[in-house]
Amino acid sequence: MSGYRLPSGGVVDRARSLDFTWDGHTMRGYAGDTLASALIANGEQILGRSFKYHRPRGVMSAGTEEGGALVTVGAGARREPNAKATQVELSQGLVASGQNAWPNVRFDLGRVNDVFNRFLSAGFYYKTFMGVGRGTGQWMFFEKFIRKAAGMGSASREPDPDSYDIVHDFCDLLVIGAGPAGLAAAELAASEGLDVMLVEQDFALGGGLLGMGETPGADLDGVRVLTRTTAFGLYDTNVVGLYERVTDHVPGADPATPRANIRIVRPQRIILASGAIERPVAFGNNDRPGVMLSGAMATYVNRFGVAPGRRAVVAGGGDSIYGDAITLAMAGVQTTLLDARETAPPELAEAATAAGVDLWAGYLPVEAQGRSTVKALQIGRPALDGHVRSERALPCDCVGISGGWSPSVHLLSHKGAKPAWDAQMACLLPDALPEGIGIAGSVTGVWGTEDCVAHGQAAAAEAVHALNGKKVKAPKEPAPGGWANPIKPLWEVTVPGRKLKSFIDPQHDVTTSDVRLAAREGYASPEHMKRYTTLGMATDQGKVGNMIGLALLAEALDQSIPETGITTFRPPYTPVPIGAFAGRARDKHYAPERQTPMHKVQGEDGAKWLDVGVWKRAWYHPAHAGETLGEAYLREATAVRETVGLVDVTTLGKIAVQGPDAAEFLNRVFVNGFGKLAVMKCRYGVMLRDDGIVFDDGVTWRFGEDDFMATTTTAHAATAMAWFENLLQTRWPDLRVNIASLSDQWGGVAIAGPRARAALQAALAPNASGGDVSNEGLPFMGIQNAKLAVEGGEIPVMIARISFSGELAFEINARSDHCPAMWRALLAQVKANGGCAYGMEALGALRIEKGHVTAAELDGRVTLEDAGLGKMASTKKPFIGMVLRKRPDLARENRPQLAHFHPVTDSEKFSIGAVVCEEGKVEGHGIGWITGVTVAPALGGGWLGIGFVTGGPGVWEGREVVIADPVRGYEVKARVASPHQYDPKGERMHG
Amino acid sequence: MLRIDCPFCGPRDHTEFSYEGDATVEYPALDASEDEWFEAVFLRDNPRGPHSELWHHIQGCRSFLVVQRDTLTHQITGIRLAHQPTAEALK
Repeated sequence: MSGYRLPSGGVVDRARSLDFTWDGHTMRGYAGDTLASALIANGEQILGRSFKYHRPRGVMSAGTEEGGALVTVGAGARREPNAKATQVELSQGLVASGQNAWPNVRFDLGRVNDVFNRFLSAGFYYKTFMGVGRGTGQWMFFEKFIRKAAGMGSASREPDPDSYDIVHDFCDLLVIGAGPAGLAAAELAASEGLDVMLVEQDFALGGGLLGMGETPGADLDGVRVLTRTTAFGLYDTNVVGLYERVTDHVPGADPATPRANIRIVRPQRIILASGAIERPVAFGNNDRPGVMLSGAMATYVNRFGVAPGRRAVVAGGGDSIYGDAITLAMAGVQTTLLDARETAPPELAEAATAAGVDLWAGYLPVEAQGRSTVKALQIGRPALDGHVRSERALPCDCVGISGGWSPSVHLLSHKGAKPAWDAQMACLLPDALPEGIGIAGSVTGVWGTEDCVAHGQAAAAEAVHALNGKKVKAPKEPAPGGWANPIKPLWEVTVPGRKLKSFIDPQHDVTTSDVRLAAREGYASPEHMKRYTTLGMATDQGKVGNMIGLALLAEALDQSIPETGITTFRPPYTPVPIGAFAGRARDKHYAPERQTPMHKVQGEDGAKWLDVGVWKRAWYHPAHAGETLGEAYLREATAVRETVGLVDVTTLGKIAVQGPDAAEFLNRVFVNGFGKLAVMKCRYGVMLRDDGIVFDDGVTWRFGEDDFMATTTTAHAATAMAWFENLLQTRWPDLRVNIASLSDQWGGVAIAGPRARAALQAALAPNASGGDVSNEGLPFMGIQNAKLAVEGGEIPVMIARISFSGELAFEINARSDHCPAMWRALLAQVKANGGCAYGMEALGALRIEKGHVTAAELDGRVTLEDAGLGKMASTKKPFIGMVLRKRPDLARENRPQLAHFHPVTDSEKFSIGAVVCEEGKVEGHGIGWITGVTVAPALGGGWLGIGFVTGGPGVWEGREVVIADPVRGYEVKARVASPHQYDPKGERMHG
Repeated sequence: MLRIDCPFCGPRDHTEFSYEGDATVEYPALDASEDEWFEAVFLRDNPRGPHSELWHHIQGCRSFLVVQRDTLTHQITGIRLAHQPTAEALK
């Protein structure tokens, strides 16, 4: 029990008390509290156990820089570990607990790690478990135990029940930080007519003013103010990522409201007014609960009306500690102030003494005493050798520390703008600024409140001038500084002959000796030291111990801080839940679902669906409720072979290619010629990539001299369109060709089987023009415009005589809005002719039997010859890929080529992805692979595979191969056959 | 996030675009030598600094743009339509 609520003071709302639960105990705080301030007010000191050594930890700060009070907030699916208690806004019913401790934070068995801590220094795990000769196997064995013993809180394993939105914002000026500088900048810029957004990570505006007990007085009329919003990253072209917490502080929030928003802001200009963070000092046991930043102590008194203890020692080397000490003393805390400087600034000393502060100049903190919380502070004086002689212990229950201030330059670092070391102010200051970014306030090392206000106004005037060209009267930009007396930088206090456990990154249990160890072992660059020790990594991102670590590394290497260099701060500035980045793009909303215009009519008839890319395609059409996939697809495929079937082929890409040079364009794009294709005829074509590999295939229709429609596979519908655009815009700008995607405007079906003509003819409108689909009226590969009789009238359709199944077949395209009527009309005639609708599974069976290739075969590794299409390549005209397809390895004879595979034993089966091997040589990549399998009713009813085999089927005639599937664990003997077994002369489709 | 100022659509997020590689490559005649095609298809410089590259406004006007971008700083210094005749006509 150390902290307590003061009888008055602070800006918390004492009329609104809030109940919350800490480690199962109900406690009370006020509206306006953070979890940290409420816990201090309730006398809680030990809030967690540290990462490696399980040392007790308490509140160390009042902001984002917190390294001690890492707690778990929420329960069940909403359990969130490693939250900084200093940033958690208290709300009614909040549930929080300490972490990394068993059974609890006050009595933790893991504390034994602290006794053995000399074995757990930086790099210990790597040296011990991954050393030479041990290999990583041992590490992998031990890792799970080590991770369990050393760790943070544990996340919920349930799906995130909350929703998140991604919001897109635009503004003239984005002001980051609502301290005195940011508020002044936003106020002035808005009054000059700029569209201003002001973001503040806290739930209250004011920044540093809040800690001084002042309330901000800016007039923010017209400013879009976002509190609880962190600018977590600054990206290219000055795009800023914001994380806005919407409902974390609202108990029982409407579940329809997103928990948080990611806001992506594209501002014209930015003013960074992100302030500065106070630094701790490395001294013995400086992580004991009760030790916190000096400014944080004042913040708890001034903002929250909470005192951190009854007897305080405040220590540091700058002017800011005087105000903190006076605040504590005025609040009734018995306060001793240690100024590291030999001479206390007289006017400050006078004020402190007048307030009842016991001032000791020239003294430093040496070691905090007390087993689990601070009971006393041992202090000392520096001797001539620079080391400190320990003198005496001051009894106390809390210690305030200030090693100086570090401007929050993190966002600039995200953009690659390195800060520069300022030796006089002992901090990194922004150096060259990226274009479009202004800075104001203590982030620039301007410390006084009035100077910060002036700086904010000056930066706003600069922004107004840059955006509007208008000159606004504003104060001159103040120079960095503002303290009456120079600061004495304090990094570490060492005493000869004493081993002090001095932490510089409490979150990762990194001590001063770890940094020296890293330097001794050769990790001499800050980036290496950071990785070896884990200093400033993860959620800390260099907020706490970064500067001390660099200073100590520089000292160990006997060089200056600028010579040593600095690490790079990376986004996010503070942690952002991964679910927020996903936004709405999760579960079914991860990708759009595309339905063809005939989706509904097929669904009404009971179609089962298959995901094909983003498309829903009919997989099979059960004849009755209990019919299985296996039964249905064989029935459907048999109908196509024996009577007639109808299938939805809308998903094929359709590209209009028009203009005087359309035929020339197609000639260059396809391996085969299109110049001589007759009008109202269509032709199958294959495209290669520049490197000579097959890209895609499809049928191109010619409606007129300069009017074509190229169809693509479903898989390449979008890429083929982009490829055509690329060629016409970048490579052949002289070709007079326009292209347009028709894929959404037209839908299509294929009607296939010996009775396809009869069914189609019966569906055509009587007495309309066109409508002769006899072999003479519409020969193989012919096109015809016709009208289909549908319920309530007629619809225009385009018919082409194309076959994918190998049967007599027609492809019929109609306007998308006419497609449902087309499906109904044709299906009625298909059924009248003894047929049925068929789906993807039957379509696959038919094409595998026929030996037609799809995207499964044309997988980006296959040449024309491999696919058995070598004869299509024209020798009369040049085409894309014609040169590089002749490269020796692509032209060699024994490449894998398309083939059929039959199991030797009828009852045996194999799967897609299986490896084809020589007998007795089942190893590696074998001699081929399987790309499609089916039961093949038209080829004897047995199992049939399509795929590739080295040298092609001719080489393997009469020999058996082994189809091996090491993943599923079987081997099947098979014989290889030509892929053109079914109706090799094409008599059926030409009939 | 890069912002790319499309001549048709105005400044847009780079997520609307698809990167289409080096804009300085000149493709040889379709029946040129294997060496020329090999060079055009497979050999690329990897400049550190100013670079000329193609971006396809695939979720916008579907124009191919030649973007002058510094690969080190990501700063964009120039944008034009790849299709010269259209660019001329728009002047």
